[in-house]
Amino acid sequence: MPDTLIFGMEVFLNGLMAGVLYALVALGFVLIYKASGIFNYAQGVMALFAAMTLVGIMEGQVPFAHLINAILGTEVHHFGWHIPAFLAILLTMGVMVFLAWAVQRLIFRHLVNQEPIILFMATIGLAYFLEGLGDIMWGADIKKLDVGLPQGINTAIDEVTYGWFGYGFFIDNLDIVATVIAALLVVVLVMFSQYTKQGRAMRAVADDHQAALSVGVSLNFIWIMVWSVAGFVALVAGIMWGTKSGVQFSLSLIALKALPVLMLGGFTSIPGAIVGGLIIGVGEKLFEFLVGPLIGGATENWFAYVLALIFLVFRPQGLFGEKIIERV
Amino acid sequence: MKDMEEGYITEDGRKIGGVVMEMKNITLRFGGVVAIKDISFDIREGEIRAIIGPNGAGKSSMLNVISGFYVPQEGEVWFRGEKRPPMKPFQVARQGIARTFQNIALFEGMTVLDNVMTGRLTHMTTGLFTQAIWKGRAEAEEVENREKAERIIDFLEIQSIRKTPVARLPYGLKKRVELARALVAEPKLLLLDEPMAGMNVEEKEDMSRFILDVNDEFGTTIALIEHDMGVVMDLSDRVVVMDYGKKIGDGTPDEVRSNQDVIDAYLGVSHD
Ligand SMILES: Nc1ncnc2c1ncn2[C@@H]1O[C@H](COP(=O)(O)OP(=O)(O)OP(=O)(O)O)[C@@H](O)[C@H]1O
Ligand SMILES: [Mg+2]
Repeated sequence: MPDTLIFGMEVFLNGLMAGVLYALVALGFVLIYKASGIFNYAQGVMALFAAMTLVGIMEGQVPFAHLINAILGTEVHHFGWHIPAFLAILLTMGVMVFLAWAVQRLIFRHLVNQEPIILFMATIGLAYFLEGLGDIMWGADIKKLDVGLPQGINTAIDEVTYGWFGYGFFIDNLDIVATVIAALLVVVLVMFSQYTKQGRAMRAVADDHQAALSVGVSLNFIWIMVWSVAGFVALVAGIMWGTKSGVQFSLSLIALKALPVLMLGGFTSIPGAIVGGLIIGVGEKLFEFLVGPLIGGATENWFAYVLALIFLVFRPQGLFGEKIIERV
Repeated sequence: MKDMEEGYITEDGRKIGGVVMEMKNITLRFGGVVAIKDISFDIREGEIRAIIGPNGAGKSSMLNVISGFYVPQEGEVWFRGEKRPPMKPFQVARQGIARTFQNIALFEGMTVLDNVMTGRLTHMTTGLFTQAIWKGRAEAEEVENREKAERIIDFLEIQSIRKTPVARLPYGLKKRVELARALVAEPKLLLLDEPMAGMNVEEKEDMSRFILDVNDEFGTTIALIEHDMGVVMDLSDRVVVMDYGKKIGDGTPDEVRSNQDVIDAYLGVSHD
């Protein structure tokens, strides 16, 4: 087999795995957008905030330690305990649900029926508020996150592929775990929205507010619920990315990876987010591998956006949207 | 007036029960506009109660007050013998009051069946956690709701479009789907805002028949708004007549028809 094909296969696999994570982040956007018409600029920062909170809770950090010490003149930093990862994840989820409630109660409840651009502005404000809040609560330093996920080269795949091709694929264990978890989560989310009472109510709200009210659905409850689910998605994404590259500001930029996915898949389609994520993941890795060397590399920064833009021109309704024909 | 506590028997032999819904001195204002001015009336169990009146009389506003979409500045709403505290529309729906809208509010992206299924949401009691770990229980509930939905779909003769996305349906059928969604909730009170508006004669006849059948078969209490005097006279047991936010008549179709204020309002006698 020619070398390019073998290397290409490795790149393809890595691309698929990156794609599943992109799909996961994009799903966070889609859920909120569908149910409330809000494009949540803060989705990335939510992932950062969730990861910071998780580290803080696991390490037994005192939240707002700086502030407390400055006001009371004390020197507290740690509670002096460590909390097991599983429990810490549950507690962090609790924090994310509380955040969802607060966001709805303090911000969006007052903005019902406002223009989409106003709602969007509010999420920009929310993003920077959350970023500041995270820093004040847990400190702005780069943190290491280790919830016990396996890391490093997967030797089994390395050996098997070496046996087949005389070349061992480098596939990171963390990527495999992340892919499996993200794929599971996507399945769970789809099942949730299709087959549960709450999922049905969520689709009802996404479709028509008045009609939803008339069949007994509380808009407020559904909005808190979707923000909680988006918070959960952010937490999972935060764990994956945080484990890989440390918990730091750049983590919030994963949201930027979701944008081309949304352009491709449409803002309201769950399958769109999944397929879009995979196309972008595979596309950008393969492009970098095949074309990158010819034009000086670093194509991963822009390729996804250009692909999405070209796509947008020909299919503005996204992959799975129905063709928009203007009635005259 | 047939005003005994215990209700009355209609000419066609249906038994009408006691008062289920009572509006007491309702006043609703929008800024300077007084949409409803100090109106009181009641709705009895099992009856078809019509609200009629010229355009802008405040009929829809009254229905919106009953269903919680509008909050009146003054007055009380009594439901099943209890004074109702201020409620959100979704809470009213959970109390067993279902409705349709003058301008149709369906879930356009869903199929007819899915739309009708949402009407069962108030009856879906299994919690999220139970649904996740106890599949049998959730399935049993789903099957029951599904059966009820299918029965209503058969009843309203829309089987052939069960799987059609609502957005593709013509206006008349949409109205029928909306009725199905409200009906499947097994409401204690069903509110219909101009169920026949914009329909052709044949569709109107169908809809009239369905409304009568629903009332007859399920004993559903219905309050409906309608413009067409003829239709109202055929369908309803008692009629409230509104004009410029005020109640100008209340009684049986015959009583209302011979009321001079009502005749004036409908003939467009000037108000001064
Ligand atoms: N949400 C609202 N905001 C402001 N004014 C309103 C609102 N809803 C109704 N109104 C006003 O209240 C009055 C009564 O309106 P309503 O819709 O109840 O009349 P209607 O009897 O249902 O008329 P139609 O037969 O045209 O449906 C009108 O003057 C209308 O403009
Ligand atoms: Mg009206």
